[in-house]
Amino acid sequence: MKIDIQDHMLVPKHEIMTEEEISDEFSDVDYDFKDLPKIKSNDPVVKAIGAEPGNVLRITRESQTAGVFVTYRIVED
Amino acid sequence: MKGFIKKIEQINFGLMSPEDIRAMSVVTVETPDTYEDDGFPIDKGLMDPRLGVIDPSLVCRTCGFRGGDCQGHFGSIELARPVIHIGFGDVIHKILRSTCNECGRILLNDEQIEYFTEKINEAMDSRESLNAILKEVYRVAKRELKQMPEDPDEEIDMKYCCPHCGAPQEAILLDKPVTIRQGDYKLTASEVRERLEKITDEDSFVLGVNPEVARPEWLVLTVLPVPPVTVRPSITLDTGERSEDDLTHKLVDILRINQRLLENMEAGAPQLIVEDLWELLQYHVTTYFDNEASGVPPARHRSGRPLKTLTQRLKGKEGRFRSNLSGKRVNFSARTVISPDPNISINEVGVPEMIAKEVTVPVYVNEWNIEEMKQCIKNGPDVHPGANYVIRNDGRKIRVRNEETIELILEQLEPGFIVERHLKDGDMVLFNRQPSLHRMSMMAHEVRVLPYKTFRLNLCVCPPYNADFDGDEMNMHVFQTDESRAEAKSLMRVQEHILSPRFGGPIIGAIHDHISGAYLLTRDGVEFTEEQALQIIRKSHLELPIFKGGQWVLKTNHDLKPDMEVPHDIEESYIYKEKGEKWTGKELFSLLLPNDLNLSYKAEISKCPVVYPIEDETVVIKNGILVQGVIDESAYGSFSGKILDKIVKEYGPGRAKEFLDRSTDLAICGIMKTGITTSLNDEEIPEEAQDRINEHLEKKMAEVDKLVESYEEGYLQALPGRSLEETLEMKIMQVLGEARDMSGSIAENYLTMGKQSDDDPYDHVMAVENHSVVMARTGARASMLNLTQITACVGQQAVRGGRIERGYLNRTLPHFKKGELGAKAKGFVHSSYKSGLDPIEFFFHAMGGREGLVDTAIRTAQSGYMQRRLVNALQDLQVKPSGLVTDNQGNVIQTMFGEDGVDPAKSDFGKPADLNKLIDEIRMEGK
Repeated sequence: MKIDIQDHMLVPKHEIMTEEEISDEFSDVDYDFKDLPKIKSNDPVVKAIGAEPGNVLRITRESQTAGVFVTYRIVED
Repeated sequence: MKGFIKKIEQINFGLMSPEDIRAMSVVTVETPDTYEDDGFPIDKGLMDPRLGVIDPSLVCRTCGFRGGDCQGHFGSIELARPVIHIGFGDVIHKILRSTCNECGRILLNDEQIEYFTEKINEAMDSRESLNAILKEVYRVAKRELKQMPEDPDEEIDMKYCCPHCGAPQEAILLDKPVTIRQGDYKLTASEVRERLEKITDEDSFVLGVNPEVARPEWLVLTVLPVPPVTVRPSITLDTGERSEDDLTHKLVDILRINQRLLENMEAGAPQLIVEDLWELLQYHVTTYFDNEASGVPPARHRSGRPLKTLTQRLKGKEGRFRSNLSGKRVNFSARTVISPDPNISINEVGVPEMIAKEVTVPVYVNEWNIEEMKQCIKNGPDVHPGANYVIRNDGRKIRVRNEETIELILEQLEPGFIVERHLKDGDMVLFNRQPSLHRMSMMAHEVRVLPYKTFRLNLCVCPPYNADFDGDEMNMHVFQTDESRAEAKSLMRVQEHILSPRFGGPIIGAIHDHISGAYLLTRDGVEFTEEQALQIIRKSHLELPIFKGGQWVLKTNHDLKPDMEVPHDIEESYIYKEKGEKWTGKELFSLLLPNDLNLSYKAEISKCPVVYPIEDETVVIKNGILVQGVIDESAYGSFSGKILDKIVKEYGPGRAKEFLDRSTDLAICGIMKTGITTSLNDEEIPEEAQDRINEHLEKKMAEVDKLVESYEEGYLQALPGRSLEETLEMKIMQVLGEARDMSGSIAENYLTMGKQSDDDPYDHVMAVENHSVVMARTGARASMLNLTQITACVGQQAVRGGRIERGYLNRTLPHFKKGELGAKAKGFVHSSYKSGLDPIEFFFHAMGGREGLVDTAIRTAQSGYMQRRLVNALQDLQVKPSGLVTDNQGNVIQTMFGEDGVDPAKSDFGKPADLNKLIDEIRMEGK
């Protein structure tokens, strides 16, 4: 039996964003979405959700200051 | 060279070729002497005038400038034999190890060469570090044969041979710092150089030597540059003797040996002698570069002091970088001991007259200030608002010295001159206390020139500087331009820093007597006669109330003349006083508050078990009148003051500064009403209380013994995840903690501020019985824990977070049995500080105390370094208006600053908004 790390309390929710979501989300921000923080393709979470290099992940996590905070990361080699 | 401004566009790092050194050289130094007997520098000597001049009366023979303007010129020494540069010993070793001993090719096959060349090119294009690739090159190219076979015909494994010519490669070793050895044979510097010369440009590129800027053989010196005399000036002593710089001494040594070596070689001296001299030359050149190299005995001065050569000039805290480039000494600054002065504003700093007469402010003379400046010059440099220098329109700086110069300057003085006048009241200066950990460590103050020799500062600014007066010193810097002055005044003034950017609350605020004074003033029942009250108002520099129609009208901040109608717009905030009526302390304090201030909160003393009268614990301010409650730490203490916080945020820093200044005065009046004093009597408790405490402690000791017993007999149940011993230790710690707390709370019942209820015998309300408790309860200084430790029981001493374990084998001290686990044997102190500790307790207490001292010493060093690394990592980050955080490359760090976009400086004690406060405000508005 293998443990699904996504169920662990310390692992926030990671989702792969679709092309539409990407264009929706990053159309009116003052940065290029390619400048977003990176996540390694061999990161355990990336492997668990099956993301490929180039994918953008939406990470929803609890925040001490903001309650819930949504951030993004680009999968890279 | 004067007036030349060159702009650096690019810096290229490489090695200097012998040709470069010769081309740069203006003279080939040959004579190992400096000056002739007649005092003239020897031609082709180390002080050759072509190398530059220092004396302003001499002219440089190379550039034609006088001393001071000539920046000096390099010379060179032709070394009789090559010498290895000490900084490149290991580079040479690595290169030799990776190249063939015979053909000089790199010990890689063609594919590997191609692979690494490409990789290096790639890394260079993307400006990445080459270190990792080069490390790999050296690792792959290393093919060392430990021992050459005795029999020359013996077959050698190809992996120990050159892939190009097939020659076997015997291991090359480096005897630090500069001796290179192959097997038993010691390679001379010439042989090393020859081998390096054989390496092709393509191969050297793979070895990390870019042929565009360097060649491997340049790692071995054949010509030595001689730095200009300006780098190594000689000093003329009072006796007329000349004392040369350490570098010159070293160069003399090199030249002397070089000369002898040359003569010996020309005379055809035996190989042995030549080699000895050669080695000596190598030694001198090595120590010329670095006199602290390991394995080389340092060259010494005649006095036995090691010479300070090139490396020593640059390296370390006192080296050129850390001491002259990163940090410099500045003019127009002063440093002295600080002392307190509650009579000056928080925006001010008291400057001793001595300092005010030394540091100056440059003032442009114009037709409006010319008379004032004339007066300054008339006063001269020794009378206070005077002047030290005058800069004329032609740029000449004249010192204001005596009557003659003063008259001369006064005649000439006209608009456009700059007068460097003394510091005077109202000037802006920067004030700083090290360590400068946050922006509040440097603030702009207004000068108050005062007598005596210390800087004076208001006590409210102690917390941001973390200053006290046990001998602390602080620095002052005087602004020299109007721009800097204006900028500092709007950004760095003390009042602009009342709110800390760390948590959005006041960091500048009342401390110590300021708090207890306000408490003594505003306690319920404090009354003053009309005369006393008016005295206090005058002493506190408050506006005098208006006397109208036989009444005093308080808090009319309008320009009301006695014959005018009292305006009714904010009449709710007026206090009317009949003539002869008593004034309360609360009414006096209300004079400080803005007329439309509304606020209610729990005072610091509400944490007391009993508050008398109970109304005092809830502070209510209505329309700027302190209706009920006392003023203590929660009102205007630094870090926690609620009234202060509200005043800064809603009425601005100017009003807050005024509030702090005036409340300081008022608190002094308050504290003078009763006086404040403390003695051991304050920590006195009745005998019955002492008995109860002892009884209690005994009970707890019995409990500990019982726990130990149950452990020894095996009844004790281990807690989950803990061993039996850990469980016992935890339980004992808990019991002992309770023991201390209980004894403390028994004592606390007797440590009261004064009257506790209506039936208490103290008849005068102002009679505060116990000032120690007042200080602890109002938050002025000390805590109830401190008091109970003095009165009741000091409690468990800890080393490394647990009970004391160390000392003798299985016991702390020989007074106990081995393996004893009781309270006393492991550092529990039953006694109070007042009753005194027994020798064993005292020893344990010293152990715990020592640990505390060591920890603070270590913590400051560690946290300092941690902060330095953090600042280095974060200093280039920027927050965009949208809340986006990026680095200087444009990489996103956070899409929203702090995830909620709240600037902690503008937050309310760390939170975006205080809802309770907002609701209170709305409710009050509704009324």
